[in-house]
Amino acid sequence: MTVLDTELRPAEPSRAIVFWRRYRRNRAALLGLFIFAIVVLMALTAGFVDPGDPLRRAGDPLTAPFVDMSVPLGTDQLGRDILSGLFYGARISLLVGVVATLVAIAIGVIIGALAGYFGGWVDDVLMRVTEAFQTIPNFVLLLTLVAILGSKIEWITLAIGIVSWTAPARMVRAEFMSLRNREFVDAARNLGVSNTSLIFREILPNALPPIIVYASVIMALSILLESALAFLGLGDPNYASWGNMIGQGRAVLRTAWYCAAIPGIAIVLTVLSFSLLGEGLNDALNPRQKQ
Amino acid sequence: MKLALPPILIYSLRRLVQAVPVVILIMIGTFLLLKLAPGDTVDALVGDMGGADAQFIERLRVEYGLDQPVWVQLWRYMEKLATFDLGWSFVYEQPVSTVLMDRLGTTLLLMATSLSIAFTVGVALGAIAARRAYSLTDNVISTLGLIFYATPSFFLSLMMMLLFSVKLGWLPVGGIKTIAGFYTGWDHVWDVALHLIMPTAALSLIYLSFYLRLMRSSVLQVADLDFVRTARAKGAGETRLMFHHIMRNALLPVVTLFGLQFSTVLGGSVVVETIFTLPGLGQLAYQSVIQRDMNTLMGIIFLCSIIVVIVNFLTDLLYARLDSRIELA
Repeated sequence: MTVLDTELRPAEPSRAIVFWRRYRRNRAALLGLFIFAIVVLMALTAGFVDPGDPLRRAGDPLTAPFVDMSVPLGTDQLGRDILSGLFYGARISLLVGVVATLVAIAIGVIIGALAGYFGGWVDDVLMRVTEAFQTIPNFVLLLTLVAILGSKIEWITLAIGIVSWTAPARMVRAEFMSLRNREFVDAARNLGVSNTSLIFREILPNALPPIIVYASVIMALSILLESALAFLGLGDPNYASWGNMIGQGRAVLRTAWYCAAIPGIAIVLTVLSFSLLGEGLNDALNPRQKQ
Repeated sequence: MKLALPPILIYSLRRLVQAVPVVILIMIGTFLLLKLAPGDTVDALVGDMGGADAQFIERLRVEYGLDQPVWVQLWRYMEKLATFDLGWSFVYEQPVSTVLMDRLGTTLLLMATSLSIAFTVGVALGAIAARRAYSLTDNVISTLGLIFYATPSFFLSLMMMLLFSVKLGWLPVGGIKTIAGFYTGWDHVWDVALHLIMPTAALSLIYLSFYLRLMRSSVLQVADLDFVRTARAKGAGETRLMFHHIMRNALLPVVTLFGLQFSTVLGGSVVVETIFTLPGLGQLAYQSVIQRDMNTLMGIIFLCSIIVVIVNFLTDLLYARLDSRIELA
């Protein structure tokens, strides 16, 4: 165990540089970042690089991959371009992943902060609600919400956020309980700072690092949830989605297994990249944690 | 005189009492969901009858108490749920509770087999990976864990189907038994087991990675603690150290995760049961969404929640048994 002497060190390099140095120490995390960058690039360039509409016929049905170079990864049973589906699917996956994660974190932060900061009966009530949400199997709740709200992409994203907030709420609550009686919070409280700014300006910034790391987990789970919905045919039919492509590919599994395998590999790689990204973030944000 | 109940009993009673508000909240939640859903019981009933005149519909609404204030309706609804009266399924033309009980066995069987495999194999692999941390064995185990963690269950299921049913022809594609088989006795058991291999493997491979990753980091953490060093200094062999000193402590967070994860695994069975056409609760949930059978759907939520509460209660007891530091009373 070495003791860091923070007082005597020369001028520190900027935070971003320190962050990057710690992050790149983890080689798997670099791989994660690389895959993630490719997926983001695919989402951004869908429609420019690969011009085809993923929902329209682009070639002969069930063209195998690498046969016809106008449809490099082949076509499905309706003649739709699989590569183009991959590009547009990346857009939907990322969009749903990011927005659902923001929704989940927002609900989780509010509930967890209130419960952890105030404690007492507020904590009791909010924790029972959290437990109730944790008790209902999340995919069943998601199906129910989609059955009630409908299959529009906005509602699906919101529903995924609603079924994913419990874990971040518990984390925020635990952080708040350990931080709320620290000296810097007491000092601010004695200066007459209001509860709202104590929660959001003093405590929350200190509670954020583990939540940012966990956001990568929620993002991965959101993408898996969306793809499972789309696979079951409950996704938004107006957008190409990897899950939906696999669901359609299931019908031709015997003759053209690549229709299901290609988007499946895309999901695995994307989710994998989030896991690796999360580990890298953990190394960079919580450098003292033993791992 | 003070009542001398054994502490474990007091502990379990207290845990049970704590579960009551959660169950009540879930009852209120399902009621709200039913209210949010388009159409009510009478709409479903009238639709089932093929239409009726306005006066009759009005009379039905009064009969079902739908003209009452919402909180009266809520109270009646909760009274019914408390006696496990989950309403009528207009799709199956049976009480919802009957429909659910038909399906419960399959789901419980699937859960029990896949979770016990996932837990034991996950814990064992996690412990092995931690013992040989950063070696080739560890890298292979950890990488496989990461990949299965990232694989959607439906994709894994499809690829297994492709390999074992379509290409090799070893295993049946779906269902719980051979329909025209009419097997009895051990033949029946063997037949069901064959049908369950792929769904069980799909579920357990994916959830195994959760336990594996946690167990690995947990063992690494515990192995560094002072009491392990002391035990080693006193001459305990590596095997004894592992099983006697490290494992028991390292298991605690994994048991917690088992309780927390159980509802997720139950949700995951929806996809797997649907793919393999297993007649369980998960497949029923999917069909109810497609057929807009809200009563059945709410029944599934309620029943699943009760199962989760029971499993959590049992894991709490197990935790208390494993961790002797825990205050029972």
